[in-house]
Amino acid sequence: MNKILCECGHENSEGTNLCQKCGSPLSEEEKSKKIADMRYEGTAIRSKTYNKSIIDKIWNFFSSVKVGIALIIINLIAASIGTILPQEFYISVATDAEKKQYYSDVYGWFGEIYYALGLSDLYSSLWFQILVLMLGVSIIIASIDRGFPLHKSLKNQRVKRHINFMKRQRVVANGVATGQQEQTLELVEQKLKNLKYNVRREDNAVMAEKGRFSRYGAYVNHVGLIVFIVGVMLHLVPGFYVDESMWLREGETRAIPGMDGYFLKNDKFILETYDNDPQGEQLKQGINTMAKNYQTNVTLYKQADDAVPGQADNLQEVKSYEIRVNHPLKHDGYAVYQMDYRLNELKTMIFDLSNKATEESLGQISIDLTNPQDEYDLGNGAKVRLMGYYPDFSGFKEGVPQTATQTPNNPAFIFKMITPETPDGETSFVAIQQTLEPDGENMYKMKFSNVEMRNMSGLMVRHDKTIPMLFVGGIIFMIGVAIGSYWNHRRIWIEQLEDGTIHLAAHTNKNWFGIKKDLDALTSHAHLPQYIDQHELDNNEKADTEKEGKTS
Amino acid sequence: MEQKKKRSIMRGVILAILALAIGYSIYAAVTKDKIELITAGAEAPDFEVVDLNGEKHRLKDYKGQGVLLNFWGTWCEPCEREFPAMERQYESFKKQGVEIIAVNFAQSEFEVNKYVTNMGMTFPVAIDKTKSVFTAYNIGPLPTSIFIKPDGTIDRVITGEMSEVEIIQYLESIKPE
Repeated sequence: MNKILCECGHENSEGTNLCQKCGSPLSEEEKSKKIADMRYEGTAIRSKTYNKSIIDKIWNFFSSVKVGIALIIINLIAASIGTILPQEFYISVATDAEKKQYYSDVYGWFGEIYYALGLSDLYSSLWFQILVLMLGVSIIIASIDRGFPLHKSLKNQRVKRHINFMKRQRVVANGVATGQQEQTLELVEQKLKNLKYNVRREDNAVMAEKGRFSRYGAYVNHVGLIVFIVGVMLHLVPGFYVDESMWLREGETRAIPGMDGYFLKNDKFILETYDNDPQGEQLKQGINTMAKNYQTNVTLYKQADDAVPGQADNLQEVKSYEIRVNHPLKHDGYAVYQMDYRLNELKTMIFDLSNKATEESLGQISIDLTNPQDEYDLGNGAKVRLMGYYPDFSGFKEGVPQTATQTPNNPAFIFKMITPETPDGETSFVAIQQTLEPDGENMYKMKFSNVEMRNMSGLMVRHDKTIPMLFVGGIIFMIGVAIGSYWNHRRIWIEQLEDGTIHLAAHTNKNWFGIKKDLDALTSHAHLPQYIDQHELDNNEKADTEKEGKTS
Repeated sequence: MEQKKKRSIMRGVILAILALAIGYSIYAAVTKDKIELITAGAEAPDFEVVDLNGEKHRLKDYKGQGVLLNFWGTWCEPCEREFPAMERQYESFKKQGVEIIAVNFAQSEFEVNKYVTNMGMTFPVAIDKTKSVFTAYNIGPLPTSIFIKPDGTIDRVITGEMSEVEIIQYLESIKPE
């Protein structure tokens, strides 16, 4: 393998900019610079060195900072496109055809295109997921690719550095100490320790370092991001995230989808409206009533622990609650929200058994549509047998009444009416606004008398086990940001030559003002030669030449 | 060379893990709206229903036998069409150790009783009043038939109507040895 041999004798891996032992510049490019490029400590970035196999190629693609930034920008653009129109998630229609209709009705041609391109369900679309995951991969690989070499080189720092390295730092000082030369390095050590530096000494060289951990800020922050992305992805794993909806009729008890072993009973649905006279905006928009409250009174039940689905005879009441908008029923990490309602579904129908000729009634029967009985006895020798019940009557097929659904939208019945006068019974088919008497003219009829209605609540069941993970990810992210921004990595190298000459170099990843203050204190305490900032010098020179150019 | 090999393997492993994670996420995202739990090969969730004759049927007790679990409603026409075929096959398969249990979608006893009498169904029919078996099996459209092997795992899930030939074929495949 290609190695670069430094003049100090250390073998560096290919692509290294600064010798990992002494710090001398190795590449031609690096040698041509006046100030050393200290990014990643001049180590070889792994991805930049090898580009042979397909694995290396994929690796290099994701580790590239340019690719990473491009992915971030693409993700941001994609995510913001999804906010132009409301997502399907927020539109309460069921079928795809209705959704399409909704977008074209409400948003016109733009809505149509938006829907057709699949942007109305952008966040769960395949390509968006792939984009987010690619960003995740980029973050992970780039961190591994840069983080590990950086960590290695920070861990293995030499105290004594080559003069070429020292000279090429931004802040340098060269000269002779003005105080007692034998004590200079002791004074330096003493002062730097006071300034809370980690000080190491090797013969006549001193290296002082402070805040090294701030170099890891970016990587900590990446770990936080990864935890966050993993948390979001866990939404897809069964059991981590529940987002289900259910319809619950008043009086009905049913298993809660996604919340195993729990049952919910709808005791009552309440819709309250303001009883004001419409005015202002309300009139303009043609709204007659305004809702004040949507509420479902529910009772939560739990099965015994060893019970299995279907066993509903042994339910234990957990609690009763009034679910209102923004006041979900909360239990065991689950939340049940009020989302929707439907009013006035038929619940009970009441009929009079009456004589057609005299209109005389032999009594009333009340049919609970959720639990019709075979026979209703009216007492006085009269009874009504229910021969058939069709909750959503849709016509006859080969003479047999059919039902389209299980919901009592259009109930129909076949009755057999038995009275003292008609002991054999008379058969009558009764639907809304329709009566058939298949066996000829009857003496009695079932006269529709009254109905009772019930309401239905649309509820939403939510459960999110990933919230703690998202929270932890967020905290790690913020810690990383704080580490990287509020601390900085300062290093000072000092070497005293045999003849008493002092070479000093200083480097920090940010806040040069801060390190210069430390150097000022150090310089005066140890009587060191005054340091210079080569960067500022450069700029001043440039500014000077520019000025000269203008004046001349 | 040694180091280079190691590095290649290392990178390969990391990339493979990431690719797997992405693959799973995407697979999960795509299949999210479909039936999650109930797929062929999975363990059939245990349940207990009481049939119209008051007899209890617990799936666990049918270990060692095949079970056809049929979810239906009286309004569902394809259900109505496949029941006669099931009824014709029931006797002979029952002798061979395959049970058929029909679970109704929370309708009234009156409707279900009348329907069963009309159709002349002799296999157990139960009403899932709290829809909890439907919820546990994540049942969408009706009819849905779940064929459970003697070891308690799901052999296949059929959504929609089956012909008699299919019914025979599927029942054969869940017969105990």
